[in-house]
Amino acid sequence: MGELAVFIILAMVTLIPAAVVVTSRHLVRAALSLVPTFLGVTGLYVLLHAEFVAGIQVLIYAGAITVLILFVIMLTEGGTGVRTRQITDQVPLGAMAAVWLAFVVLAVTLRTPWRTQPGAAPSYGVAAVGTAFLTDYVLVFEVTSLVLLVSLIGAIVIARRES
Amino acid sequence: MAWVIEALKAVGLTVAVFTFLAVVGAMLGVYLERKISGWIQARLGPKHVGPQGLLQTVADTVKLLQKEHITPRHADVLIFNAAPVVVAVAALLDWVVIPFGTLGDRVLVVRDLNIGVLYFAAMASLTVLGILSGGWASNNKYALLGALRSASQMVSYEIPLALGIIWVALAAGTLSTVGIVEAQVRQGGWFLVRLPDPVGWWGAPLGLLAALTFLAAATAEVNRVPFDLPEAESELIAGYFAEYTGMRFALFQLGEYGEMFAMAALASVLFFGGWAEPRLQPWMWVGVALAALAVAVVIVATGRARNLVVRPLLILSLLGAALAAVMAWGVGAGRTPVLPSVAWFAIKLFALVFFLMWMRWTYPRLRLDQLLALSWKVLIPVGLANLLVTGLVLTVAGR
Repeated sequence: MGELAVFIILAMVTLIPAAVVVTSRHLVRAALSLVPTFLGVTGLYVLLHAEFVAGIQVLIYAGAITVLILFVIMLTEGGTGVRTRQITDQVPLGAMAAVWLAFVVLAVTLRTPWRTQPGAAPSYGVAAVGTAFLTDYVLVFEVTSLVLLVSLIGAIVIARRES
Repeated sequence: MAWVIEALKAVGLTVAVFTFLAVVGAMLGVYLERKISGWIQARLGPKHVGPQGLLQTVADTVKLLQKEHITPRHADVLIFNAAPVVVAVAALLDWVVIPFGTLGDRVLVVRDLNIGVLYFAAMASLTVLGILSGGWASNNKYALLGALRSASQMVSYEIPLALGIIWVALAAGTLSTVGIVEAQVRQGGWFLVRLPDPVGWWGAPLGLLAALTFLAAATAEVNRVPFDLPEAESELIAGYFAEYTGMRFALFQLGEYGEMFAMAALASVLFFGGWAEPRLQPWMWVGVALAALAVAVVIVATGRARNLVVRPLLILSLLGAALAAVMAWGVGAGRTPVLPSVAWFAIKLFALVFFLMWMRWTYPRLRLDQLLALSWKVLIPVGLANLLVTGLVLTVAGR
């Protein structure tokens, strides 16, 4: 019972600011509304006993939001970001896509035969994640780091050319 | 109804930690800051309210509580009012994983998470959101400049901070704060000067380097001089909280001092053994006591005790001599924990806080380009190289 209540509260914390993100006409407010959304998702991770992912979620996404807000402020005129148009002409199309996606997710969720008998949850601890990265998924892990490195160098090259 | 008890426990502990933060972190912190800055600038500092001005910050708090809340006319009201709360709550959440000591077999910590230090880094990174949104919502160019500086600074310095934390995780083999202190107790030495056997004391240079990286990044992360560009009273009139009045201003201060104390507490846990008592031979303690006493005697004998800059040194050396004497007597008498563990935690915490304040009032502010160059060209390469070498040494030595 308590778990269900927590889930409903966390879902609301995640979904209401998410609606604000897409409907707000104000760039900075939209970016800031992402924060409670990510924190709600963090709560869901904690509910699933995935503490490591939860910690990383706060660290990476909160930090990423900061950078995002920085860009928003710096890219808009006068640093205020108030006058920039923040609405799109594709509302019907976007709404259709969202409804369709919701339908697919619902259908998949309802048709999946979920295992309901008790069992041990898979481990998402730090050690388990680290071991998985360096044994079974080492190729993916290394390729990802290479992609990040390439994008980092690319960003530096592009930034250098302008000055 | 286990969850009711859990919820009540959470509320009780929140109140306890918040009170600790407000009284020790903010009130005592501001008082110490003013006294120590007074000492370094050869002034007396607060003197009139209470004995030695001890009640000055209490009076200031009462004054701030009575002040009117002013919201600037073109400010974004919602974000403007939410920002100080974010900063204060982020500082409060840091303290969840800080162990204060032991009581019997129990460790005095709100919650010993198995991702302790990662959690700490995540919560510390939330502060910047409050600062950035508060500075932006004030609709004031100085506040905005301060907020932008703060964001770029914190984004850069989070990396060396994390490298310092990862270094300790590597040495301790755990992310839990309690586990890190216990690892240092097991190996019989602080991570500052010792690595796990068989490396032992040969690991001292690596530990010192890691501690230096961590402390420099921590100072930058809490926006203190020499990294206080976001506030910079002399150029930005206090930067991101220029428009805040009364209790909202006080919440920013609370967040800042709470964060500083939390960083000092984490540094003591990571590198200085947390609540654990240093294990030295009695003759070593006697040596420490005599050395401190010699400093005091020299100060008194040369008549420098009247000098305002020197007088606190006398007090500090006498305090150190007294502590070392008590330890020498206690160890000699065969009592294993001579002082309670909470006392050791407090001693280390305040020593580190003193160190941070000393830095603040001694060094000039860096320029923005120097600040970023220090992070990206010095601290991050040094931290990465240190991590690599330590990993190699630990692997080759095969702990």
